[in-house]
Amino acid sequence: MVQQQSEIRYLTPPSVDVKKKKYCRFKKSGIKYIDYKDPEFLKKFLNEQGKILPRRITGTSLKFQRKVAQAVKRARHLALLPFVTDMMK
Amino acid sequence: MNHYETVFILTPVLSDVQMKEAVDKFRGILTEAGAEIVNEENWGLRKLCYPIQKKSTGFYQLIEFKANPEVIETLELNYRRDERVIRFLTFKMDKYAMEYAAKRRNVKSAKKED
Repeated sequence: MVQQQSEIRYLTPPSVDVKKKKYCRFKKSGIKYIDYKDPEFLKKFLNEQGKILPRRITGTSLKFQRKVAQAVKRARHLALLPFVTDMMK
Repeated sequence: MNHYETVFILTPVLSDVQMKEAVDKFRGILTEAGAEIVNEENWGLRKLCYPIQKKSTGFYQLIEFKANPEVIETLELNYRRDERVIRFLTFKMDKYAMEYAAKRRNVKSAKKED
């Protein structure tokens, strides 16, 4: 009986990734204002090249995504964040 | 009387005296125009993420103040005229920004004490 079950052999185990429910970290942690002056916090929303990550990756709500984008652009203006770079993290 | 926050970068070429004098000049412009300075920070010499006017470091200065809207025009006019300032940004603070700034000030003063 056992032998029959393990008849089908997969090369790689079928990994069904459990759908992680994305949430807006600002709403959850109650942050109301995104400061353009601390680049460390803003770096969480940039990829390696220094580009702003889209909402579908970070899962932030539209209202806060606009605030993040505004803050990042201000930080770039003040040279706290680079416009384009190769290895940011 | 809105709440504003301005950050400006001075060229690193200046000596300390010139830097202090430039900062005093802008503080003077604000106080003359009837603004009330709430908080001031200078982050000192910092590395810029990209060269501005062929310079890779700059002297950052932050001034937080309460003022009438027309004061900002004179302030920015002076920024543009002064060649020591290589970049500036003024920002009108809404109530969340003010809360955040107040909290940040307490944290900083608390840190200074201990």
